[in-house]
Amino acid sequence: MAGPHNHGHDHDHSHDPIEMADVPGYYEVMETAIRELLIDKGLIAANDIRRQIDVLDSRTPAVGAQVVARAWTDSAFKERLLADGRAGCEELGITFYDDTQLIVLENTEQVHNLIVCTLCSCYPRPVLGLPPDWYKLKPYRARAVSEPRKVLAEFGTVIRDDVEIRVSDSTAVVRYLVLPRRPAGTEGWSVDALAAIVTRDAMIGVIPVTVESPLTLENEAA
Amino acid sequence: MNALATILPALDELPAFAPGDRVHVLNRAPIGHYRVPIYLRGHVGTVVKVIEPSMIDNEEEGYGRNAGGKRHYYRVALPLPKLWPHYQGAPRDELHVEIFETWLERA
Repeated sequence: MAGPHNHGHDHDHSHDPIEMADVPGYYEVMETAIRELLIDKGLIAANDIRRQIDVLDSRTPAVGAQVVARAWTDSAFKERLLADGRAGCEELGITFYDDTQLIVLENTEQVHNLIVCTLCSCYPRPVLGLPPDWYKLKPYRARAVSEPRKVLAEFGTVIRDDVEIRVSDSTAVVRYLVLPRRPAGTEGWSVDALAAIVTRDAMIGVIPVTVESPLTLENEAA
Repeated sequence: MNALATILPALDELPAFAPGDRVHVLNRAPIGHYRVPIYLRGHVGTVVKVIEPSMIDNEEEGYGRNAGGKRHYYRVALPLPKLWPHYQGAPRDELHVEIFETWLERA
């Protein structure tokens, strides 16, 4: 089924170590050549590329956390967000530069949502930025759809059997954002205070939001 | 009668399936760029949402073709215990995925 990995498409991959190699790789040379040609022909300017990098850098989990915190504190907004995720985010000024649609999936007492892209690394970049490496690697991609409870347990998230697991496989034009459950003990908190406890992993659906862990431990893992 | 009240959309502007419809994911094996994971092909699911607006065929677009008319994507729910014979979990666990109209037929 899984043949040699096809590099003929435009998704990003994490095969190469993140370091400056002595000799640029095949795809690096190709990217440079195409970029220089596009600039030489006047189709894009070098500054356009720098601008797009800034666009990508401006999208981080803190953006998604604002959306979640707003939904927790404004029920009318939450309703609009669940009806049309993209339109809800656009209300807050979040643009969808990649022209994807967004479905916001609400975790409840009865349903726990988990997102994955089995084909590659589709991810709600306009609202969360770049995906974590584990999200792009095959073990997560294959196992999230076949044994989600086991995968969740490895993240420390044990879901009771009477709660339905709903795995969303992002394969085409739709992206997902999980709206986690608001933890108890946060009554009366401001939007910014709530946003500070909403983590990237909670918006992927692998962990809940808790009051105790204001920031993820991703720096330790890096 | 107001002319706006009698406007007829073309057939391909209307979704072929509605929420609640049982659909069969076709078991095709096209060569090249595809968006329906192999583990879902041949399985039966239930439409839970029509994705608006209709869009061009993503697979054709991958080759620089827009394949003419637009069609809808559907959010389809499939029971995980049916997808995986040895599935360990709760019976109601589900897989949700968006599938382009050309990959579905009525089950």
